[in-house]
Amino acid sequence: MASVSLDHALVLAAILFAIGFAGLLTRRNLIVMLACIEIMLNAAGLAFVAAGARWGQADGQVMFLFVLAMAAAEVAVGLALAIRFRQSLKSLDIDDADEMKG
Amino acid sequence: MTAMFYIAAVVAVLSTLMVVTRHNLVHALLYLVVSLFAVAVVFYALGAPFVAALEVIVYAGAIMMLFLFAVMLLNVSAESPIRMRRAWLGPAILVAVLLAEVIYGITRQSQALGGVEVGPQAVSKALYGPYVLGVELASMLLLAALIGARHIAARARDEEEAAESMERRRAKTAGRTRPAEPDLAAQQTLSAEEGDA
Repeated sequence: MASVSLDHALVLAAILFAIGFAGLLTRRNLIVMLACIEIMLNAAGLAFVAAGARWGQADGQVMFLFVLAMAAAEVAVGLALAIRFRQSLKSLDIDDADEMKG
Repeated sequence: MTAMFYIAAVVAVLSTLMVVTRHNLVHALLYLVVSLFAVAVVFYALGAPFVAALEVIVYAGAIMMLFLFAVMLLNVSAESPIRMRRAWLGPAILVAVLLAEVIYGITRQSQALGGVEVGPQAVSKALYGPYVLGVELASMLLLAALIGARHIAARARDEEEAAESMERRRAKTAGRTRPAEPDLAAQQTLSAEEGDA
């Protein structure tokens, strides 16, 4: 029973990660791409927590806390960059940034 | 708990698909909140209530607030007007399913899926025992991200202000030099007339 649940939790994590990755590749809005990265990090944390729950250990949850801190740091810097992007290019479409202008 | 896990998993997958497919930015973020709630319920079903609470507080609370503030700062809603009037209906239904699940899970006190439930006490003992170095590193990372984000966002504003003040100064000096030239010419003619006299 428990091992089946671990498998299914890992499958759920893989599905969420795949959806986030597909969104990252297909969407061109900077904010939505950051949200997709959040989804992928969340899926990775879900895999950690599922593995920790399978063995009844707290280590999985501790690793999820570290993933959480990293996601918060990443999104803070990413949104600051998005504000900067918007100010310099007047858009949020990353295809507008395909030219290097020094 | 098994049914709880599967229902929350379906809600998580559906709402995450909606995040990726919505064109309106605010709708996508609304569905992202639902997705994070669903994953929190999955954590609860897996026997990790502490992490489930943190998922709601930090992800759905703090990080989504950061996203919404960025959207408001960037004034994106002006570009993408709301076309779908009933935008709240989908997230509301999905969250209602999750709420019913959580109420069921709390009132029934059923067994966690992993067998044993790992509570906050065990997590805290591990966090401040063998993992204390990681906690310190995470705090340093958060501090660095805070300063970095402030630096990146503030430099944009500084440069904008610098460009504005430079334009203002240029306009002012241009306005000052233009009337100064006839004065100089008049003085020169005056002194020339005095010399003649």
